[in-house]
Amino acid sequence: MKPAQFEYVSPSTIDAAIAALVASNGEGKVLAGGQSLLPLLNFRMARPAVLVDLNGIEGLSYIEDRGDRIAIGALARHRELEHSPLIASKLPVMSAAMRHVAHLAIRNRGTIGGSLSHADPAAELPMLATFYEAEISVQGPSGRRTIAAGNFFVDALTNCLEPEEIVVEVEFPVLKQDGWAFEEVARRFGDFALASIAVSVRRGPASLEAARVAVMGVADTPRRLREAEDELVAMALDDTTPDRFAEIVVSLVAPNDDLHASADYRKHLLAQLARRALRTALAMKG
Amino acid sequence: MTMHVSVTVNGETYDVSDVEPRMLLSDFLRDRLGLTGTHVGCEHGVCGACTVLVNGDSVRACLMLAVQANGAEIVTVEGLGSPDELNVLQAEFREHHGLQCGFCTPGMLMTGEDLLRKYPLATDDDIREGLSGNLCRCTGYQNIVAAIRSAAAKRTEKAS
Repeated sequence: MKPAQFEYVSPSTIDAAIAALVASNGEGKVLAGGQSLLPLLNFRMARPAVLVDLNGIEGLSYIEDRGDRIAIGALARHRELEHSPLIASKLPVMSAAMRHVAHLAIRNRGTIGGSLSHADPAAELPMLATFYEAEISVQGPSGRRTIAAGNFFVDALTNCLEPEEIVVEVEFPVLKQDGWAFEEVARRFGDFALASIAVSVRRGPASLEAARVAVMGVADTPRRLREAEDELVAMALDDTTPDRFAEIVVSLVAPNDDLHASADYRKHLLAQLARRALRTALAMKG
Repeated sequence: MTMHVSVTVNGETYDVSDVEPRMLLSDFLRDRLGLTGTHVGCEHGVCGACTVLVNGDSVRACLMLAVQANGAEIVTVEGLGSPDELNVLQAEFREHHGLQCGFCTPGMLMTGEDLLRKYPLATDDDIREGLSGNLCRCTGYQNIVAAIRSAAAKRTEKAS
């Protein structure tokens, strides 16, 4: 229950951090908030030779208004997103989801860059990145590149980063929407989601003009459900719409049984949450 | 490789050399500084017993390296009050019998302090949500919630 030995470096620039990763010959690991990495170190499930601590790098924890996008520095902590008035007004789905991110002490330390890199399939930030179609900027030895969130998460706890790349910024497009909702059920408040859904709608004259739907806890990565969005836009809106939507959402997922919940239970939860989320979103006065 | 760590804990500055980078903040507080009020339960960020304040924010001391605390200001349960003079939250825990075996209490108090500073805590649900990261196996939480509710009410009285 104590970490194995490692060399600790605390660079003050991103370039120096990348150089330290390169010098580690694949034996290095990036430390940001440490709320997922430290348990792995304590259990010795991870035994890196070099730990590259990003916390000494200045200027990576901003939340910036870029008009139709909100840019968030990789070291912004969950608590800062939770309490940000800018996020509350421009990214309300994120704002609503943040209090579900783990527990108080973990939100005080955990970072957006760390959570995305860890890529837990039932964690809120990877799901929000997928929902908003965020663009994730990463930096490595050959420079900077931007990855769409839809391509970033490869599998459970697996992202598409090269070993020497570091997430430096995440840009979230501001959605044009009239209504939205975020729903989640976990075994205990703050735990990883058993099932969760985020919904955003934009109204047209007769039906919906646009819809956005993402789910988590029901696959190896968070998923945007484009088929459900298309069907929702094609639907005539009446009292049965939320029920029909829930059916469509559930038909698009195939969760596995695990220790925490059976596949059927997860589907049952998702159907309930989908119905509730769409009702909330449609009832909102935009 | 060992490093030097300079921290302020409960208002006192400590300069400690020969700290291994792998030493957890929880072990550093207990074994190097002798501050054993911070309890070590699960050592992987689940139980909350080792919660301390780092630069004013509650943090699990088992999920932070001692070397990361270099230059930081830390408050542990020893910094809240003394047996003769309990602070407001400690007094409410005694008043409401908010503990039985006491193992989780330091973590409950440090989380409670952070909650009282950051959140309105208008309802018991808010308090329970805030405490969700701290496990207690004795009390059933009722009296812990009551103690924090009462401390929150006193805070409001004081402010108005």
